Amino acid sequence: MSTAKRRHPQNAYRAALAPYSVWSFLFVVVPLAFIAYYAFTDNQFAFTTENVTRFFTATSNIVQEDGTSVEVRTYLLIFMRSVKLAVISTIICLLMGYPIAYIMARAKERTQKTMVTLIMIPMWMNFLIRTYAWMTILQDTGILNGFLSALGIGMVHIIGTEAAVIIGMVYDYFPYMVLPIYSILAKLDNRLLEAARDLGCGSLSVLRRVIIPLSMPGVISGITMVLIPSISTFYISQKLGNGKFFLIGDAIEGQYVANNLHFAAAIAFILMLILLVCMALVKYVTARYVYGGDEE
Amino acid sequence: MNKIIELKNISKAFDGEMVLDNISLDIHDNEFITLLGPSGCGKTTTLRIIGGFVYPDQGDVIFMGDRINDVPPHKRNVNTVFQKYALFPHLNVFENVAFPLRERKLPKQDIKEKVEKMLDMVMLSGFAHRRVTSLSGGQQQRVAIARALVNEPKVLLLDEPLGALDLKLRKDMQQELKKIQKSTGITFIFVTHDQEEALSMSDTIVVMSEGKIQQIGTPQDIYNEPVNAFVADFIGESNIVDGVMLADYKVRFGGQIFDCLDTGFAPNEPVDVVIRPEDVDIVKPEPGVLQGIVTSVTFMGVHNEAIVDIDGFKWMIQTTDPVEEGAHIGIYLEPDAIHIMKKSKYSGMFGDYSSFSNELDELSNPGGEEEE
Amino acid sequence: MKTSAKIYSGIVFAILFAPILVLLVFSFNESKSLSVFSGFSLKWYRELLNDRNTLEAVRNTLILAASATAISTVMGTAAAVGINKIRTKWYKAVMNTVTDIPMTNPDIITGISLMLMFVFVGRLFGASTSLNFVTMLIAHVTFCLPYVILQILPKLRQMDKSLPEAAMDLGCTPMGAFFKVELPEILPGIITGAIMAFTLSLDDFVISYFTSGNGFETLPIRIYGMTKKTVTPKMYALATIIFFVTLGLLLISNFVDEKDEAK
Repeated sequence: MSTAKRRHPQNAYRAALAPYSVWSFLFVVVPLAFIAYYAFTDNQFAFTTENVTRFFTATSNIVQEDGTSVEVRTYLLIFMRSVKLAVISTIICLLMGYPIAYIMARAKERTQKTMVTLIMIPMWMNFLIRTYAWMTILQDTGILNGFLSALGIGMVHIIGTEAAVIIGMVYDYFPYMVLPIYSILAKLDNRLLEAARDLGCGSLSVLRRVIIPLSMPGVISGITMVLIPSISTFYISQKLGNGKFFLIGDAIEGQYVANNLHFAAAIAFILMLILLVCMALVKYVTARYVYGGDEE
Repeated sequence: MNKIIELKNISKAFDGEMVLDNISLDIHDNEFITLLGPSGCGKTTTLRIIGGFVYPDQGDVIFMGDRINDVPPHKRNVNTVFQKYALFPHLNVFENVAFPLRERKLPKQDIKEKVEKMLDMVMLSGFAHRRVTSLSGGQQQRVAIARALVNEPKVLLLDEPLGALDLKLRKDMQQELKKIQKSTGITFIFVTHDQEEALSMSDTIVVMSEGKIQQIGTPQDIYNEPVNAFVADFIGESNIVDGVMLADYKVRFGGQIFDCLDTGFAPNEPVDVVIRPEDVDIVKPEPGVLQGIVTSVTFMGVHNEAIVDIDGFKWMIQTTDPVEEGAHIGIYLEPDAIHIMKKSKYSGMFGDYSSFSNELDELSNPGGEEEE
Repeated sequence: MKTSAKIYSGIVFAILFAPILVLLVFSFNESKSLSVFSGFSLKWYRELLNDRNTLEAVRNTLILAASATAISTVMGTAAAVGINKIRTKWYKAVMNTVTDIPMTNPDIITGISLMLMFVFVGRLFGASTSLNFVTMLIAHVTFCLPYVILQILPKLRQMDKSLPEAAMDLGCTPMGAFFKVELPEILPGIITGAIMAFTLSLDDFVISYFTSGNGFETLPIRIYGMTKKTVTPKMYALATIIFFVTLGLLLISNFVDEKDEAK
């Protein structure tokens, strides 16, 4: 009988993983704890809930278009605006992106590859510059208006409106919507579609009953990948919204610049929580209503 | 013959699940030994213990008299032909075969000679500089064999090496493997779930089930004298019916008394009776013989395969005589067609063809993949 | 492809490339205008080459990206090999979650969280400014690591598990088996991972913004500073150059992938 353990190669694998384990604990997990720590402490690092309450209670006056001034909850307003613009952008990305993903997936293999590369290329342009380029296109004296007036349509005032911010978000995050949906659709087994037709589905019906449900995992990750950065962005609104539409990311950045680290942390903390809830909700809803049952 | 490998009381569990349960096995020099069993029976684990990839929980692995439990794979004088060949895709045919020689840092000229000799042996001389991924399954198989043999191991382990080949190629490779084994004199330990393969190639067959060795013997022993219902069913087709051993050479089953060749049972001991389908003779349904109704007939080319209902128990009969569905027939059994086995835990689980179909048989006995 | 599909894709791609085209074209503009093209000129490129601060930023960016790539590739490869071999379920789940965090978290959260920790630790040691090259490097390695790991893991999973065993069977030590057999197998994944890490690091603005100190300015941070004021086509010239460099890297990594698939 032998009870002696041989020196197992498993130990070597543990050793290989060790640096990364330590690294990700120190620089991923601990920093997140620091957000919570700063959010609930004051400048002397004494416990306080003031930063968090300030997020919900701080007020300011804004002047409406008709000249009257109203008092609003500053950060709640900013937050709601962020959510609104991000949701609208995500929906536009989805509506525009799904057909493109579908067209790509159905195209010939060579065309598919070219289209994937074409979709990805703008992603490799620095995002600050991309956004700035839109600013020059959209401004009142910009190319778009030059083009429109040349056509005799007249000027459109876009820059500094919510629409401009949405255009920026859609443009910046569009590939993140298309690529995950495309990768699912491209792998879709053609026989499933044939089976659906064989069983009596028309084209639309195949799309609705087979293709769309099967592509849901791609849609979900597309939504996640667009929603998260557009909710938390802090540059687009400054440039394309002329700074009129402060978003949650701008609020965090503003507090950072002003060196109010504890309040910046509080906003970041709340943003993180809300995103977690959102993602859990998206997962739950798709599991329940798209697949018609729990995933487990 | 000398013992080359001894397994003594080996046990192994994965995640609390017993995969090998106290098995002991001697493997001799120059032997072609086959570990045969359904998936999950522990045959691959046994092979991997010999190869050094699995460390047994209990028991000893003895190689030419030395305990080698703690010897890592690269220091063992055994080599393996892996299930899906495991050829290194980044190396060409020559470099794959040369791999172990380069590891031993042999001089270039030696390497060249040895590799060429091996490629010659497996008839791949012209393929030295081809990419392994450009080869057919059969060719990849040959490279794997050449690579495993180039080190001249004492023992070659083969883990379902023919599983990925089509039937025709499989038969050819069976012949060829047997030839290589004969000419090199290396002990081959061969793992398969294919009983025909085992019967046609092996000197010794080890039938395994549920982590235990059921029977060790020559192919003839195993086929003609299975020790229990599991072995009888797994090797070839068998009708297994309940019987009672009245005395030496006398057994009763199906309401009749038969002469047989078996002795050594207690008087009136309940036994399992095995009758191979090809050993059954069809006769007129006269009194004194077993009688039944043919419920289905399948034409198999060389013979007909008939399912016969005898008192509610369905027998399979293979005959070259014409039979018809619905016919009332009698059955005659020579004494040497009857094989008696002691009752075991497998009694009553096999040997009834009432739900028989080829497809179901495949389903209940899937080959290939085994536990880790 | 149907005509309607062609038209639709045409419109979408036109929108996708419009800003890039604008940049390209106006980087060669003779005048300072970003909306009226008055003639071809390379003067903005020339001016760019004389801008010492920008060149310094380019140098910094390259140093940072190269260091971050080297560290994250080596650590990430080892980590992927380790993660692939974990048997303990909870450990595997923890490692997968931790690897996901930097990718799913918004950049701003990653940036803020690291900054808070650096500031806190810096304060413990009494430093007045705790953000510098090292903190940026740590941040870049942190967000590059998951991408490297996720490029390599599938290669490890696809690899025939008996390959390293075969190598050991033929006389390699476990270490030898890794370097002679496993590493060549996963090399395409390592290369694409490294290229991704490099481009991500080159391109990153948000996380760099929060973790950079006064002394060390990277290109995206410099661009951010430039766009705060009125912009000249000089920046467009810079953008054009960056664009073609990253495009080149992208094509190389595509090429590596394709070559790997063709095998």
